[in-house]
Amino acid sequence: MVGIAGYGCYVPKRRIKVEEIAAQWGEDGEVMKKNLLVREKTVPAKDEDSVTIAYEAARNALKRAEIDPKEIGAVYIGSESKPYAVKPSATIVADALDITPEAHVADYEFACKAGSETVFVVYGLVKAGEIKYGLGIGSDTSQGAPKDPLEYTAAAGGAAFIMGNDNVLAEVIATYSYTTDTPDFWRRDGQPYPTHTGPFTGKPAYFHHVINSAKKVMEIAGVTPKDITYCVFHQPNGAFPLRASKMLGFTKEQFEPGWVAPYIGNTYSGCSLLGLASVLDVAKAGDTILVTSFGSGAGSDSFIFKVTDRLEKVRNNAPLLKDYAERKKYINYATYAFLRGKIKMREG
Amino acid sequence: MLTIPRAWREKPQRYLFKGGKCKDCGFVTYPARKVCPKCHSENIETVDLPREGKIITYTIVYSAPEGFGDFSPYPLAIVELTNGARLMLQIVDTDLDKVQIGEKVNVVFRRLLVEGNAGIIIYGPKATVVEDK
Repeated sequence: MVGIAGYGCYVPKRRIKVEEIAAQWGEDGEVMKKNLLVREKTVPAKDEDSVTIAYEAARNALKRAEIDPKEIGAVYIGSESKPYAVKPSATIVADALDITPEAHVADYEFACKAGSETVFVVYGLVKAGEIKYGLGIGSDTSQGAPKDPLEYTAAAGGAAFIMGNDNVLAEVIATYSYTTDTPDFWRRDGQPYPTHTGPFTGKPAYFHHVINSAKKVMEIAGVTPKDITYCVFHQPNGAFPLRASKMLGFTKEQFEPGWVAPYIGNTYSGCSLLGLASVLDVAKAGDTILVTSFGSGAGSDSFIFKVTDRLEKVRNNAPLLKDYAERKKYINYATYAFLRGKIKMREG
Repeated sequence: MLTIPRAWREKPQRYLFKGGKCKDCGFVTYPARKVCPKCHSENIETVDLPREGKIITYTIVYSAPEGFGDFSPYPLAIVELTNGARLMLQIVDTDLDKVQIGEKVNVVFRRLLVEGNAGIIIYGPKATVVEDK
């Protein structure tokens, strides 16, 4: 049985409210919250980046997997906010977790689905018998240009999944990936902020890929939405995944436990994986979980998991997403601008 | 600034949080030393250090050295880990009035030093005060 042997998450402590950003630009905060269905978002500290977030999430995954780190044969990080343009992030995390040197290590990129991509690949390696365990991480300190709609949601956080073939807490029932070349969102080399195509990011990009991917994976698994206990979708804001869940026929009860964007924001590569972590924080043995990510450019990975009785035995080995979500300090726009490098400071 | 070879050499203490334990008197140091500062034995073993401890004393740095200007004012504390090892750590994610002698801390993994916009980024341990639930 191949599946998730351990999972962990991490989000930074600082938060900025949507109305604080709206006030800066003369927008109506209540309207922005209503349209985006996001109340606040996480903001990384000056000494946090996608590597430190990935490390904390992966440490939590190791605590739940209860394995020797040296048994992990592959470490992949998916991110669109790598600290180095050239130099892997995953070597730092793999070294700091004492997994190296006998491991295949790499960084992945596919906009917001880079995280689910890592899980997809380590699952394949485990299933093929190439490795005993593999660590896939999605982690980002997302970029959003000042005054851009993205600024209201681009957040920081990550989640890590150790895939293995024994002692799993959730078995993989089916996987599927749906991809086309659809340029809805990108960031050119050297540019600090991404560019997006407004409404074009919706129907032909997000909804086309998410809906097709989710439908097909359910068909492969021979299930319908009624057979699924929880559903998780990529969350560029709160509204898109809610609409996707309704289009597929899911109920509020199936959707809400994995709906993290309203209080975390859009953590890009960490997004759908944080939603899955949030569901695993409450799921019971026998529950079935659908996860469909989305990465601009564009594609969607889908997974269907079935929870085993091991989940409840190891769940409290590490903090839940709720623990991190409740630990927060609100900041104003000036502090946010400083922390995100939007103010030019004197060096030193 | 640390040189890159030195930062690379110090990965066991910065990445893996390894310390040294004197096999003769049990004294634990961070980082590991070749000679026990207590009994002068050279019989030292490398050990994993616990990531929990408490603040023994602290100061607030207002006039930061180069590379730390973004953090000032920031607390710098002597932390005693649960196995007795003492080390100096920057306290992060904690309001200054919450940094007090005796407060429990957890060790976290953060950026320690960043060499400008083109240089190396060095990662390692800092600490955060444990919040009451």
